[in-house]
Amino acid sequence: MIKIRDLTKTYSERLVLDSINIDIKDSEILSIMGPSGTGKSTLLKCLVSLIKPDSGQILIDGVDIVSIKDELRLQNIRKKFGYLFQEGALFDSLNVFENVAFGLKYLTDTKQNEYLDIVKKTLSLVGLKDCEYMKISELSGGMKKRVALARAIAFKPSYLLYDEPTTGLDPITTDMVIDMIKDMKAKLGITTVVVTHDVKLAFTVSDRIAFLNKGKFIEMGSKDEIKNSKNSMVKEFINNTQMA
Amino acid sequence: MRYLGIYFISISEKLGQSFLMIKSSLFWLFHSRFEMKETLKQTVRIGVDSITVTSLTSLFTGMVLALQSGYTSRSLFNEPLYVGSVVGFSLVKELGPVLTAIVVVGRAGASITAEIGTMKVTEQIDALFTLGTNPYSYLLIPRYIAFMIALPILTVFSDFIGIFGGFIVSTAKLGVASSVYLDDILNYMEVKNFMHGLIKSFFFAFIIATISCYKGLYTSNGAQGVGKSTTESVVSSMVFILAIDYFVSAVLVAIGIT
Repeated sequence: MIKIRDLTKTYSERLVLDSINIDIKDSEILSIMGPSGTGKSTLLKCLVSLIKPDSGQILIDGVDIVSIKDELRLQNIRKKFGYLFQEGALFDSLNVFENVAFGLKYLTDTKQNEYLDIVKKTLSLVGLKDCEYMKISELSGGMKKRVALARAIAFKPSYLLYDEPTTGLDPITTDMVIDMIKDMKAKLGITTVVVTHDVKLAFTVSDRIAFLNKGKFIEMGSKDEIKNSKNSMVKEFINNTQMA
Repeated sequence: MRYLGIYFISISEKLGQSFLMIKSSLFWLFHSRFEMKETLKQTVRIGVDSITVTSLTSLFTGMVLALQSGYTSRSLFNEPLYVGSVVGFSLVKELGPVLTAIVVVGRAGASITAEIGTMKVTEQIDALFTLGTNPYSYLLIPRYIAFMIALPILTVFSDFIGIFGGFIVSTAKLGVASSVYLDDILNYMEVKNFMHGLIKSFFFAFIIATISCYKGLYTSNGAQGVGKSTTESVVSSMVFILAIDYFVSAVLVAIGIT
């Protein structure tokens, strides 16, 4: 379980996260929605300590990662997370196999001769076959997302974080990514946090939605609760985005 | 005055970040697995792939040194005197290490900054952290080691190629006997002269690795930022190499490694 308490982050003078609190329950899919530049990705990066918050607590299974200074301990906590970056962040100097096996090499004690088998199984889990030795530059946008997801789940993390998984994708690939997120929940039951401003994605995959604006959660609840929100900002965001 | 203050704050900030980067690299050198494959790959990239261009540079430098010193000496003394010594000393102590380092900056330093910078702006550096490693152990340490191995070897290689270039011009164009050219080098040059240049090449390797990795790691603003970092990396490395060259030479001379 992840508990966030009074988390605050500023960039120079700009307050990005303003003393936010939230609990992320085991095996749930929580979507964090909101307009661009409201601190969604910053929050996600704080969860894996890629960004250090100014104050507050992030309790990962009871351990406060904000207070940890030791990089080796932080590295151990990061093992619990699979992270799907907005553009995939695949290592373009490595092929598909090497990308997916990367986490296995550094995060697990898996023997090298077992890598290929695990990589093949993980790739088939995300709907890819016979592409182990393809270069990253040979993959389409949708395939890159799938390979990035395969890399994020290959080492069996406890938590899966998606940063804007559908941004910049065409409608068909967007639907494919939505199915992929639902599939991962159904097959692996991993606790998932999705950061997005894609209303369709959030309302399709989420168990719970939290709406972030100007560094604060202004609404939080089930899909129905968010749909019927009285908050004018939330209503406007949902209606405008759906029309677009 | 205000701009001067901002400038010095910025310089101090960059120096601080560089020291922190070196400190982190040293920490991870002893606390993470050694990336043998990546280190070898980088050594080949920096060393083997640069041999042609460093060889050509030193070959022509040796040739032009022989030509200039030979004709100057002939116009003064009617004889091309000590051409081997001039070529040998100039190359081994100064031009070999400096020119090799400058060519390697343009050839390998720039490409390393661009590579790490691109990884930074496309979140591949963040991905390294989330996949159980970090840029220090996976990217920086292999490149530091590769530079420290490849640059001194390239420098020694350049020294010999340059001396060979001087030999061709001396014997074929200036009419100096080959034994005279070689004796000019062997009779006057000592091991410490050779060490003078070699020691400097280790300092140059450290500077190129630090600047090219630092500029890459602190890249921002997308593709434009990568271009800016790469240019800054090349310019800064060259200036630092020439500046450090003087100070290291002064120290080496002071301790008797002339």
